[in-house]
Amino acid sequence: MENDEVVVIDAKDMNYRELNEKIHEVLDKNPKVKKILLKNVLGQRYIGNGLQKKDLTIEIYGVPGGDLGMFMSGPTIIVYGNTEHAPGNTMDDGKIIIHGSGGDVTGHSMRGGKIFVRDDVGYRSGIHMKEYKDKFPVLVIGGRAKDFLGEYMAGGMILVLNIDKEGKDLGKIKGRMIGTGIHGGSIYIRGEIEEFQLGVAADIKEFTEKDREKIKGYIEEFCSYFNLNEDIREKLINSEYTKIAPVSKRPFGKLYTHDLR
Amino acid sequence: MIPSAVPPKYKVEIDRDRCMLCGRCVVECSWGVYRKEKDRIVIYPNRCGACQRCVVMCPRDAITVRRNITCWRDHPLWTAEVREDIINQSKTGCVLLSGMGNAKEYPIYFDRIVLDACQVTNPSIDPLREPMELRTYIGKKPKKLEFEFVEEEIDGKKIKKAKLKTKIAPNLKLETPIMIAHMSYGALSLNAHLAMAKAVKECGTYMGSGEGGLHRALYPYADHIITQVASGRFGVNVDYLTRGAAIEIKIGQGSKPGIGGHLPGEKVTAEVSMTRMIPEGSDAISPAPHHDIYSIEDLAQLVRSLKEATRWKKPVFVKIAAVHNVAAIANGIATSDADAVVIDGFRGGTGAAPKVFRDHVGIPIEMAIAAVDERLREEGVRNEVSIIASGGIRNSADVFKAIALGADAVYIGTAAMVAMGCRVCGRCYTGQCTWGIATQRPELVNRLDVEEGARRVANLIKAWTLEIKELLGAAGINAIESLRGNRDRLRGVGLNEVELKALGIKHAGF
Repeated sequence: MENDEVVVIDAKDMNYRELNEKIHEVLDKNPKVKKILLKNVLGQRYIGNGLQKKDLTIEIYGVPGGDLGMFMSGPTIIVYGNTEHAPGNTMDDGKIIIHGSGGDVTGHSMRGGKIFVRDDVGYRSGIHMKEYKDKFPVLVIGGRAKDFLGEYMAGGMILVLNIDKEGKDLGKIKGRMIGTGIHGGSIYIRGEIEEFQLGVAADIKEFTEKDREKIKGYIEEFCSYFNLNEDIREKLINSEYTKIAPVSKRPFGKLYTHDLR
Repeated sequence: MIPSAVPPKYKVEIDRDRCMLCGRCVVECSWGVYRKEKDRIVIYPNRCGACQRCVVMCPRDAITVRRNITCWRDHPLWTAEVREDIINQSKTGCVLLSGMGNAKEYPIYFDRIVLDACQVTNPSIDPLREPMELRTYIGKKPKKLEFEFVEEEIDGKKIKKAKLKTKIAPNLKLETPIMIAHMSYGALSLNAHLAMAKAVKECGTYMGSGEGGLHRALYPYADHIITQVASGRFGVNVDYLTRGAAIEIKIGQGSKPGIGGHLPGEKVTAEVSMTRMIPEGSDAISPAPHHDIYSIEDLAQLVRSLKEATRWKKPVFVKIAAVHNVAAIANGIATSDADAVVIDGFRGGTGAAPKVFRDHVGIPIEMAIAAVDERLREEGVRNEVSIIASGGIRNSADVFKAIALGADAVYIGTAAMVAMGCRVCGRCYTGQCTWGIATQRPELVNRLDVEEGARRVANLIKAWTLEIKELLGAAGINAIESLRGNRDRLRGVGLNEVELKALGIKHAGF
């Protein structure tokens, strides 16, 4: 049903510039629009790039291309499919919900907002995420992440739930070089992580009840988006997590000496 | 505490007959060289960096700073500098950090190139009475222009009028081919940024924001600021991108090719944390690569995503350090939808770089401009993309030569700082700049008067612009466009054949 508030765009055979300009046009013409449905999306990049409308939802059917929601500040994007690399790149605010897997560098330099990925993410996800005052980026991964998760992370939170579509455990996380160069924020991974899986500057900290409180709301939100039942939700909330955080706020502080005499 | 394991580099002397013990030197020196004890100023020369603040500020001209000639045993290989570095590193086990540009004695090719002037047959032009066109447009130019003919009725007659059909990409309009390079807020003080912003606005040109985001105080000048996107993505959001006149992706920097940036946590003050959008006191690390760029295709994707974010209304530049393979890299950039390639030579300055990088990595800008210009011509794309050269541009002759070698415009960094008071002491990385330029300490920042600084920078740009006009007139050219890549106007003096070939110029006498 199409009305003032819902607009459908068929992206079939559309070039990315055409599609994105179409979205801009829709928003320029009708500020009342609350939802844009994109159908037949096939690899078009930069969808939602730089959009600033808070009460807007973009539903994507198909597979969007790279840099989905880059620089986005406000809207919600729901993807019914997988995404290419870097969804939420340098995202400022808003939400991206992916009913599938995210590509490499999911949440690159994300500085605010939330990303929920039902399945897995690729290499270097959550890299260089950072926080500032009320801007606290959160990346929740339902399945598993590949190597270099949270590399150079400077703030925010990454949560890895390690479950399959039915909510069953996926087994031990194999990713390596987790949190290389991390100097802010925290990574929570359901299950055990060995020391050798960590990158330089990352450290395993005790997972406390305070941490559990911190992640609880995001688990609930995750379960509600992906229709996971109460049992699974309770299991996720009450599981044991490994908390990974920086060794120090200044990991490279002692690397340099002044060229003074 | 400044290490003193090596002898003091400078000798600081006070003429005791002239000194009236006012204590000005004690106040002015942020390094702690002076201390007042009863009726005497005590000197700690090992802390001195020859920034000359005390010399200039002493009301009685009583202070002299000179090179301290320590008696090291002479050795052509094991110079004093080499030995001092070893002593410093053996003491700490750390990477030596340094500021400003390459401090080694490599040949300065600009100084081995001379310019042409007209004599009788092709007369020179008098720029005092003839218009000289220095206006430069930086950005993408169309491959060709297409027109359509539209019939219009004028005075009852139907006339066919030509109308431009080709869509022209947004360009930056420069009234002089001199811009100010990207130096971040954080490395530089807010007053320094404000002074430069006022100056570029007055001169009809642009300055770079650096990778530190944009302070609110600079918003009124944003239409003269090129915002930078570096790997740390500090302060980058859609407002920042749309506010500036253009966007520059920083891949590399001449003073430290191949490595990232690192603003130590102690320099991230409340204000700096605000523009960078990171917590106060947190390290600001820009990793060596952009983690969404691992190929030219990825770079093209970032260029386009920045264009998408600004709805294709802002030109996007890509800055790289001048390295061995610079021509091929620049060619890749030229085909990536970028509007300009910025090449930063190994003389480029910096707030902080490992000394080993500053002094040993990269190539001279002169060679890089020539190589890039040549390659882009060969590929048939030179006319579509602009080249901006930076890194060690010291005077108007350097600007002129850079353009004749193939650049569209230049960035100046150190020169603009020197105009504001910088003495190239090379200690920017300590954040204690006595001139209020490379510091965040409020009492030091206040020493730089914004209006005066702006006046000096604007004067410098205007003076060079006048000189460029004179040089153009002498060369019998009346537009900077005709100088670009006009290497026949250059001759080498004392250069070997390989050097001449790399520069694409003839030797004097030919």
